[in-house]
Amino acid sequence: MDWTALFLSLRLAGWTVVILLPVSILAGRFLAYRQFRAKGLVEAIVMLPLVLPPTVFGFYMLLAFGRNSPVGAFWQATFGHQLVFTFEGLLLASVIFNISFAIQPAQRGFEAVPAEVREAAACCGMSPWRSLWNVELPLAWPGVMTAMVLTFAHTLGEFGIILMMGGSIPGETKTIAISIYDRVQGFDMAGAGIMSATLVAISLFTIAVTYMLSARVGRRLS
Amino acid sequence: MALEVVARADAPIPLHVSFRAEPGELLALVGHSGSGKTTLLRTIAGLWRPQSARVSVDGEVWLDTAAGINLAPHRRHAGLVFQNYALFPHMTAAQNVMAAMDRRTPNLRDEAERLLALVNLPGLADRKPGQLSGGQQQRVAVARALARRPQVLLLDEPFSAVDRATRERLHDEIIALRAHLKMPVVLVTHDMNEAQLLADRMVVIERGGVVREGTTAEVMTDPVALRTMGIREVAANLPAVIVEQEDDGLTRLQASAGPLFLPRVEAPVGTRLTIRIPAQDVILSRTRPEGLSALNVLPATVTAVRLGEGPGAIIQLRAGEDLLLARITRRSALALELAPGVACFAILKTVAVAQTNVGVAR
Repeated sequence: MDWTALFLSLRLAGWTVVILLPVSILAGRFLAYRQFRAKGLVEAIVMLPLVLPPTVFGFYMLLAFGRNSPVGAFWQATFGHQLVFTFEGLLLASVIFNISFAIQPAQRGFEAVPAEVREAAACCGMSPWRSLWNVELPLAWPGVMTAMVLTFAHTLGEFGIILMMGGSIPGETKTIAISIYDRVQGFDMAGAGIMSATLVAISLFTIAVTYMLSARVGRRLS
Repeated sequence: MALEVVARADAPIPLHVSFRAEPGELLALVGHSGSGKTTLLRTIAGLWRPQSARVSVDGEVWLDTAAGINLAPHRRHAGLVFQNYALFPHMTAAQNVMAAMDRRTPNLRDEAERLLALVNLPGLADRKPGQLSGGQQQRVAVARALARRPQVLLLDEPFSAVDRATRERLHDEIIALRAHLKMPVVLVTHDMNEAQLLADRMVVIERGGVVREGTTAEVMTDPVALRTMGIREVAANLPAVIVEQEDDGLTRLQASAGPLFLPRVEAPVGTRLTIRIPAQDVILSRTRPEGLSALNVLPATVTAVRLGEGPGAIIQLRAGEDLLLARITRRSALALELAPGVACFAILKTVAVAQTNVGVAR
């Protein structure tokens, strides 16, 4: 059992969720309520990571953040090491790759809040922030929570993009999925089996807890 | 200290309206769906901005497109009751009311319960909207709108989503509640009879423009306004007081023009009522009728004659201090030589004075 790899995966998934939570809420809310000309295009871009093969996505990430890219060069100059093949680089790729999972369900969640209820919040004297906090978020919460769970579980299981962006540096970029692949390559089927089962258990647990919590929210609303 | 509204727009619907509502007054905006009346309410609340508009309350300007003033809805002290109430589904009745209060209010919870009691909803403070009936939800919505201490109270078809019996009860409650309201109240409704029951003044809106404006009695006896609204069952509302409960099952009432007899009205002597007299059930006679079975005959003076395009005519009459309407045939109107100033007698068929239409006078 590669505990280092497991904790690295959990750390990556956790940070991805932390960074994407505000993005999910603000972007999901924006796309749910606003009508603008390029909305279809924006929504298509948000959905793109969902349909692209992770290797294709990873390839472009390497181009965008590699040593010869402006971002990569800036990172190298500021921190003294390159962005790709580090945990930070992996986190950046993970955040971008998970945007579809983070925004789409949240957007659906906010779309489910009736316009009239939002107007009522304003007519009750609530500022936009108070309305978001007291009315919209409690009502859109199942969507936002689904977004976060999908992001978490998806990051745990991601393989292709991590291989492209991170390589396989223990404690830095070697996540549980990579470790499992390595074990299979080394004919350690028992080790791969234990780690696979652990991953299945964690994913199942996360999703089950979410469903239980959203069922409770549903009861609270009815 | 009044609400003043001027609104002009070409799209999405044409609008060319101005009106004013005084403090404590209930003004009804009446019109068909799509006439623009709800848009006007949304303009006052700040949920919509016409191309050109000015809204001021108590001399405070909320919207002035010419001067570039446009207060956000949450900065306007308007209490709005939505057609489908738009309660916050995750909050209890009390929390819904508290959500609209100034958070510096001392004893928020007590104040919320006081408002819920005011709208006849005691004991249900901890129920969620999903656990309340339509009528109860409407009461929570009214309490929530009042919780803001609004400078103007806006009611958008607040009685349309409940059954008839509940609606009549809610009408009575709104009439009773008005004693506590010092601000202008604007009611949007497509129901002329509802407006007639509740409003002091009416503005009839058709395709974004004002067709007729005036006191309820004036508008409700104005043939042009009624025709615009396509109202067939037009009726006059007459205030009256119960004078005596007679032995034969009738109740004697006194209206400004004379006595009226109704089948037993279960209310104490001295109760003020509004009696509804449908124009269909009024017969006119130039001389005092004799040998008639009808009990209710009031002396009246013709104030207006409106001959319709068909065989019908609407006659507006003054009986005492009140206005009456009679729908008769054009032939009868000509035969009786009815014209403004002509004295006549209005015969009211007792059966037509429906008990369900008797409202408690304010």
